[in-house]
Amino acid sequence: MPTDVQAVTSARRRSATKVGRRILKHWEYYLLVLVPMAYIVIFKYVPMVGAQIAFRDFNVIEGMWGSPWVGLREFTRFFESPSFRRLIENTFSISLTRLLLGFPAPIILALALNEISQRSFKRSVQMVTYAPHFISTVVMASMIILFLNPRLGLFGVLMRAAGVQPVNYLAVASHFKFVYALSDIWQHAGYGAIIYMAALAAINPELYEAARIDGASRLQKIIHVDIPGIMPVMVILLILEFGEIMEVGFEKIYLLQNPVNISASEIIQTYVYKIGIINASFSFASAVGLFNSVINFILLVGVNAAARRISSNSLW
Amino acid sequence: MVGTVEQTGRALPRRRMRIRESRVDRVFLTLVVIFLTFVLISVLYPLIFIVSASFSSTSAVIGGRVWLLPVEPSLLGYQAVFEHRSVLIGYANSAVYTFFGTIINVVLTVCIAFPLSRSDFFGRNFLMMTLVFTMLFSGGLIPLYLVVLKLGLMNTRWAMLLPEALVVWFVIIARTYFQTSIPDELAEAASIDGCRDTYFVWAVVLPLSKPIVAVLTLMYAVAHWNRYFHALMFLSSERLYPLQIVLRNILILNQTQEMAVEVSEELMRQGLADLMKFSLIVVASAPVLALYPFVQRYFIKGIMIGSLKG
Repeated sequence: MPTDVQAVTSARRRSATKVGRRILKHWEYYLLVLVPMAYIVIFKYVPMVGAQIAFRDFNVIEGMWGSPWVGLREFTRFFESPSFRRLIENTFSISLTRLLLGFPAPIILALALNEISQRSFKRSVQMVTYAPHFISTVVMASMIILFLNPRLGLFGVLMRAAGVQPVNYLAVASHFKFVYALSDIWQHAGYGAIIYMAALAAINPELYEAARIDGASRLQKIIHVDIPGIMPVMVILLILEFGEIMEVGFEKIYLLQNPVNISASEIIQTYVYKIGIINASFSFASAVGLFNSVINFILLVGVNAAARRISSNSLW
Repeated sequence: MVGTVEQTGRALPRRRMRIRESRVDRVFLTLVVIFLTFVLISVLYPLIFIVSASFSSTSAVIGGRVWLLPVEPSLLGYQAVFEHRSVLIGYANSAVYTFFGTIINVVLTVCIAFPLSRSDFFGRNFLMMTLVFTMLFSGGLIPLYLVVLKLGLMNTRWAMLLPEALVVWFVIIARTYFQTSIPDELAEAASIDGCRDTYFVWAVVLPLSKPIVAVLTLMYAVAHWNRYFHALMFLSSERLYPLQIVLRNILILNQTQEMAVEVSEELMRQGLADLMKFSLIVVASAPVLALYPFVQRYFIKGIMIGSLKG
């Protein structure tokens, strides 16, 4: 027995000195990561600790640690507020519309591009479709507003040319989610296709060979070789998309909001900004924000677990 | 790499396939070409429309007569844009934020990504988990706002530089790159020769990593140039506003009171304000889009590296 204990402690000591030596040998690495880690702690982890003001009655004078605890008061206030249902509905309907329409778009584009063997045509489609990705959110939102303006916008011009009375889709609340989702596709589908193009290029050529020998048509080849080939990438990106559900480009939505569409365009994040920063009710807004983060986290972890079970592809 | 293997591997069968291309396949291919042409036009057309409208006359724009090429070409819109003082201030501010912000970003990213890519760096899994967790969960907008407030950064230029000093996703991309392109043996050999780790990063890693530094620089720079929400939250004085905030005020909130005095007539003013929006969009997007053809391959490379292990 004593020898056993001795052996264990000496082994532990040996491994401890080994760790010590490993740290000492590369002490400069720790110097290098110091500033970046300080950033992560200050701007990522401190706010996580700061999220506790959701459970307090925060006031600036007493500060975060001095303000009295109120438990779940702010949360109940949010759940019972008349806007709760509308916010949840809007957040989910906008992001699910975006997901449903936006997720397949880059895949379809990549599969179509993959069929083209003429390089110049393929190149120009790729060049042009990537470009809008680099347009800023503000410019994108103003383009949407300008285009949908019935008086001078592109849609106005086109609709009048077609002999139809122009409609401002941004002034129709029920259309908001489509305006949002379709403009997102316009802006990002090309860029999103890059990753699928890479996955398609990595498919084993022997599979195409085999498909050809079996007499597969182009469409059959897409269904039986291309799609299974990019499936792992698809699953990963789908999981990541679910991680964005609660976040939905709120910066863009905030810019597209107007008094007419607000009933369909107010989402949790824009609400947090307005209540918290414009109206300065910090505790309430933190509670709403924390609720949002938690739902998001659960969604991501849940979808990841489901994906791992069903398809054996997952983020972790 | 993959591309060349695939090309040589498929060169022969391809030629034979063309002979056997059935009618169904030809129809299918035609449909694909039609589809892609439609995609091409629907992405390109709005862009052309904006540029054309920006070079047209006021009456052509408000009359809705522009549909493809500039009508009654004029530079009035651009003149109005450059007479707008806040646009110029915004331009200068954005340039400053982009320049210094990107330097901070790239330096910090390399500083943390390189040690994380070394297998003999004790504690790297723990640090990596610490980083990745911030991608899954965040404290939210308000706590971040309070941190910035507490640090006294509110309404200073630092508020545009520090809260986004690092993007975890880009750290992962850089780490993956270092892992695959700087072998541990190289670092080992250098340290046996008495080379310090920091000097190794500076003298060996950086020169060997020009592609990833280019990718990081571009991705960060575009993000800085296009960012507006932080400015909205953290800045209140106009002389600090980046271009995107100025754009929002003019394009979305229709604040054009600063307009040149000579154009006093209300109707004329409204028309010019509309025309100016198109010119402003072009002016604001020009720096990024002008660079785009030259740098797009770096972005593609960035995505590829990111997807290696993602």
